Amino acid sequence: MTIVQVAQAPTAAAPATRIGEPNVVAMVFFFVFIAITLAITYWAARRTRTTEEFYAAGRTITPGQNGFALAGDYMSAASFLGIAGLVSTTGFDGLIYSTGWLVGWPVVLFLIAEPLRNLGKYTFADVVATRLRQTPVRIAAAIGTLATVTFYLIAQMVGAGGLIRLMFGLSYETAIVIVGAAMLAYVLFGGMIATTWVQIVKAGLLLGGAFLLALLVLSKFGMNPIALFAAASERYGAAMLAPGKLVAAPLDAVSLGMALMFGTAGLPHILMRFYTVPDARAARTSVFYATGLIGFFYLLTFVLGFGAMVLVGPDAIKAVDKGGNMAAPLLAEALGGTPFLGFIAAVAFATILAVVAGLTLSGAAALSHDLWVNVIRHGEADSKEQLRVARGATVALGVVAVLLGILFKGQNVAYMVSLAFAIAASGNFPALVLSIFWKRCTTEGIVSSMVLGTVSTLVLIWLSPTIQVDILKHPGAWFPLKNPALVTIPLSFAVGVVVSLATRDEVALDRFAAAERRMHVGEA
Amino acid sequence: MSEHRFRSLAATRWRIAISLTIAMTAIYFGFILLIAYDKPLMGRLIVPGLSVGVLLGALVIVLSWVLTWIYVRWANTHYDAGLAEVRRGERDR
Repeated sequence: MTIVQVAQAPTAAAPATRIGEPNVVAMVFFFVFIAITLAITYWAARRTRTTEEFYAAGRTITPGQNGFALAGDYMSAASFLGIAGLVSTTGFDGLIYSTGWLVGWPVVLFLIAEPLRNLGKYTFADVVATRLRQTPVRIAAAIGTLATVTFYLIAQMVGAGGLIRLMFGLSYETAIVIVGAAMLAYVLFGGMIATTWVQIVKAGLLLGGAFLLALLVLSKFGMNPIALFAAASERYGAAMLAPGKLVAAPLDAVSLGMALMFGTAGLPHILMRFYTVPDARAARTSVFYATGLIGFFYLLTFVLGFGAMVLVGPDAIKAVDKGGNMAAPLLAEALGGTPFLGFIAAVAFATILAVVAGLTLSGAAALSHDLWVNVIRHGEADSKEQLRVARGATVALGVVAVLLGILFKGQNVAYMVSLAFAIAASGNFPALVLSIFWKRCTTEGIVSSMVLGTVSTLVLIWLSPTIQVDILKHPGAWFPLKNPALVTIPLSFAVGVVVSLATRDEVALDRFAAAERRMHVGEA
Repeated sequence: MSEHRFRSLAATRWRIAISLTIAMTAIYFGFILLIAYDKPLMGRLIVPGLSVGVLLGALVIVLSWVLTWIYVRWANTHYDAGLAEVRRGERDR
């Protein structure tokens, strides 16, 4: 019976929506969020005096807090708005992302989290460089980090500008500058302590908002998700519950899957979070919590996506935004009116802001800790100088992020998140695994793996249909896959192994026993 | 003695980590390959509203939880106990 009621819901192509008009409730919620996070930053700033506090929150974050912070860093607006939009307009196909974005977390737990915590200090380059020569490894790791962070940042900034224009009616440039300024305030003054708490607040808001929205959807279907899916297939065809056009080419699906699965374990801003907890056991527990929270969130996207399909309608969603990104806000408006739309809009804005802060901090750590302190100053820099350089790098990255956001205005940047995952999976992940677990690896091998993994990903993306056909409108592309991970991950591993076997690194061999012990037992 | 204990602990940790990673990879790529090569199966309805594909998608998420739970359970009991033993052995030397 509930399904019949739903069938009478309005589905006109141009819905009566207040999206795009200045929304008072959204403004109020957003300013409350800004006020709370700035108060946290003020509190955190007085606790941020050393590099350990700036980069790693003094290693005082509890596993539960870090679980939320990891989830907050990871659940970007792309997953909230993007997946809900994709599911609402294509049905099942969107679920490929919901699952793909979770399955990397168990890999992080099994292979990376604990060794990383025991071997490193602030960045993942610390781990790779444990047994190898500092200068080449740090430079290569910084290239991989900055490439990942830059593409991720562009996607977030452009998304933020468009989103805020659509939802608050502010101009694109104003929105970008607001995001840049707020993010700079968090990172610059509050360092990792403020950034972590911003992630925790944001994760709570996002999970709470998505959960409330899903409950409201399910309340229309007798709390039964299957009744919701049945309503979707009744109205838009059984094809909505089956794979469709997104996976027309099987190898494309596999390649995208590889980037999503192994990219998570190479994202610098995620890896950096493991240094904020006291020990390896806490790192382990925090991934366990994060996996639970993120999986729960992606299960909610099933309900939100199909809910928007049935209660708002794919045509109405596409009429507001071609990419379908407004599905979740439209659903909130349909179920809770303008106030709930305002709340969800503010949550989406907060989400982007928090992710941008995490990315900037990890980029700043690569510039200051890896390049300045360990390459230029050979590890001989006092705490004061390190902090000064880290803050300078933060400002520089913040300015670059705002400029990139304005430069890429109006461009289709949706592919940049999966590109960032592909670089992380090919440039960073193989080097981490080989350097942690393989005794015989050499400096030359690992550096070639990182550089070639990053460069080949960039080149193949450029030659792929994603750029050549979708963006440049050429008739064909030289490289057939939309995402290069299927080629670049095995290539990066193979190069690392072959070059290592062709060279010798006596120091790396000698240091293996001690490093292996430290990776399990921790600092003596 | 401590060295021997450490070696066997490190080997076990590696075996478990790699087995669970392979299991996760097999589960997820099994799902992806079914989507890619057997669309009719994934679209088949078990009950109205629940296709094999949607059920398997939710199952991938649930199995990710189960695998992390298996690892954490093993690590919290056996691995941590082994590490404590190795640390004691180091102190006694």
